[in-house]
Amino acid sequence: MNSVILATASRYLLTLILMFSVFMLLRGHNEPGGGFVGGLVAAAAFALYFIANGLDAARSILRVDPLRAAVLGLLLSFLSTVPSLVSGQPFMTALWIDTGIASIGKVGTPLLFDFGVYFLVLGITLTIIFALAEEECSL
Amino acid sequence: MNRIIILPVLVPFATALIMLLFPRRIAAHRLLGVLSTLLLSVVSAILLNSVLSGGILSLQAGGWAAPFGITMVVDTLSCIMLTMSSLIGLTTAIYSIGSVDEKQEHNFYHPLIQLLLMGINGAFLTGDIFNLYVWFEVMLISSFVLLVLEGKPEQFEGAIKYVTLNLLSSAIFLAAVGILYGMAGTLNMADLAMRLPLLEHRELLSVVAVLFLITFGIKAAVFPLFFWLPASYHTPHIAVSAIFAGLLTKVGVYAIIRFFTTIFTLESTPLIHQILLWVSAFTMATGVLGAVAQYDLRKLLSFHIISQIGYMIFAVAIQSPLAIAGGLLYIVHNIVAKTNLFYLSGIIRLISGSWNLRQIGGLYATYPLFGLLFLVPALALAGIPPLSGFWAKLTVIRAGLEAQEWLAVGVALLVSMLTLYSMIKIWNEAFLKDDPRGEDTGNRGQEYHALSSGKKIALIAPVVILGMLTILSGIWFEPLFVLADRASLELLDASIYSKAVTGGMP
Amino acid sequence: MRVLLPVIIGLLYAAGIYLILRRNMVKVIFGLVILGHAANLMIFTVGRLTKGAPAFVPEGTTNIAEPFADPLPQALILTAIVIGFGIQAFTIALFKKTCQTLKTEDLDEMRNTDQLEKESL
Repeated sequence: MNSVILATASRYLLTLILMFSVFMLLRGHNEPGGGFVGGLVAAAAFALYFIANGLDAARSILRVDPLRAAVLGLLLSFLSTVPSLVSGQPFMTALWIDTGIASIGKVGTPLLFDFGVYFLVLGITLTIIFALAEEECSL
Repeated sequence: MNRIIILPVLVPFATALIMLLFPRRIAAHRLLGVLSTLLLSVVSAILLNSVLSGGILSLQAGGWAAPFGITMVVDTLSCIMLTMSSLIGLTTAIYSIGSVDEKQEHNFYHPLIQLLLMGINGAFLTGDIFNLYVWFEVMLISSFVLLVLEGKPEQFEGAIKYVTLNLLSSAIFLAAVGILYGMAGTLNMADLAMRLPLLEHRELLSVVAVLFLITFGIKAAVFPLFFWLPASYHTPHIAVSAIFAGLLTKVGVYAIIRFFTTIFTLESTPLIHQILLWVSAFTMATGVLGAVAQYDLRKLLSFHIISQIGYMIFAVAIQSPLAIAGGLLYIVHNIVAKTNLFYLSGIIRLISGSWNLRQIGGLYATYPLFGLLFLVPALALAGIPPLSGFWAKLTVIRAGLEAQEWLAVGVALLVSMLTLYSMIKIWNEAFLKDDPRGEDTGNRGQEYHALSSGKKIALIAPVVILGMLTILSGIWFEPLFVLADRASLELLDASIYSKAVTGGMP
Repeated sequence: MRVLLPVIIGLLYAAGIYLILRRNMVKVIFGLVILGHAANLMIFTVGRLTKGAPAFVPEGTTNIAEPFADPLPQALILTAIVIGFGIQAFTIALFKKTCQTLKTEDLDEMRNTDQLEKESL
């Protein structure tokens, strides 16, 4: 798509939407939001950038292969189950550490799991979007 | 101790993860695939041992008590199925080393197999209907990708049918789950088994049961719903076909056994069991008749999968302890023999250069030992004593006679004859008759001879392992029968299962 | 709502089944998507339509004040939507690739794998 307005705006929007996606991710524990929605919003940010600037530009601003991001997400979710296995609790028990810092509060395995979901959704969505965009078909 | 229950799911997941982290190390993928499935076999053996000595094990994820949390249950049936899936996973991992080419391996062949095993094991372990749906989807999405991994046109064609019908079945599954939850207020299998008999409004019970039957019927490829199977199972690479043939449809059968013994009993939905009886007779007959007409090795074997599913469904329809035990024996025998036949047909293709029985021949003259390896699973499938298939078939048919289902027993016997006929057809065409292409077909068998000796061993070893198991389980049939009998008693007395999971309170 | 939702679900099922019976691949995908939505809405409706508070036990008490909404159907739907999203995205990619490989989007032309004798290697 050749639109100067969209191309210019998308650069600023990318940062803004990515920040919003992290906000969505972090508020997800007690309020609507979470890893899945956050990941989708982040993927939407890159998808917008791709629509405005083309596939190559979007790939280069992402830096890594989206499939790698998905693998990272899987790894994080897997790691979130390890503490419960090691500490002898039932599998996938949520474990929390109180950091004592008022603005952070408690950090725990569900947060790690949510980060995993975030990267997994981001990676898989972008993989599929890029794969669909690569070749045109008369479908 | 109970935490070991999660391992059949975690081991393949972790293995796939490690493989994906190093996507270019193909040699490591192969090794990891074998190691992970070996570990799985050990885990299933430990589980089997502890279930036999200590009764049903259950695990509540996150410590949330059943029926509110995610429950994983291992009873004798789950143990048997887990052992089979690890065994087939192991042999497929070895066979893949010899048969799968590097291009597919770079396209994540090995991680996908691990994810497929994870989905299958999860389905065997879960004690909750909604999680069964989730594991089905995990299994399906990996199978979708495996199906089209080579990118051949016929694979896409087969995949369209496979994907569409399986997605339809998922949608029906979801609807059935919704209605069942609305009726009973729970989706935990153990809780359901206790609550359904006490239910006041039971009008919809048969509807839900039929919806589940259609869902699992599509997955298990029973009579009117099997069309996706012969249209797609012969298209992927033969190692993929083999693991599909061994395990995927059996997950559907497992779900049918679990649902229509423990949850929907003979008393609560008698209509369903009548339907199952008819379905089983037609499945046996149509499957074998389809096979008789085929000359493509893989298609012929694909139709036999359907026919064999019929015997298992027949066992569920009769519902006596003997029948269920026979059905389980049949599953065990069939997984081993059927997967073995698919491995063998892959080797036949490598030696002779074609899948088509009309175009090959004379294999016995060149490879007599290989011919013997083929005869073991082929005769077991047809039910020749003393191989495993004979005892399994005998038990199912005896249960049928005790239940006085003469017609279905007649069909089963006739189908058995036709199975023998079609195995003899393969034997005659591929092994005995002279090669129709004459002596001078220069490049025949070149593909096989070009393989390194390591790859040849990787191809033959799984066939030998599974062949030995078929013979051994035929000779020492007794312990297997005791195991199946125990599993069937657990299935038919839902209170044992419920007590182990929820403590017996409805 | 008690009347409206079942009617909508029925219409969605009708539309979905009609679409998956079409020969065009794109319509089949839409049919499958709509069937998934119909099933999700069905879980939502069958799991009792009540206006109520979220099922959180307030701090310091052990019971929730009635009426509270059953959270499980929503959790089920959420999971089903997520799974459906992944599978549908994959299916669309698969169907597109199929269209490129086979140069057709008419399902009636994809009957080679069903034929009895077809030379295949």
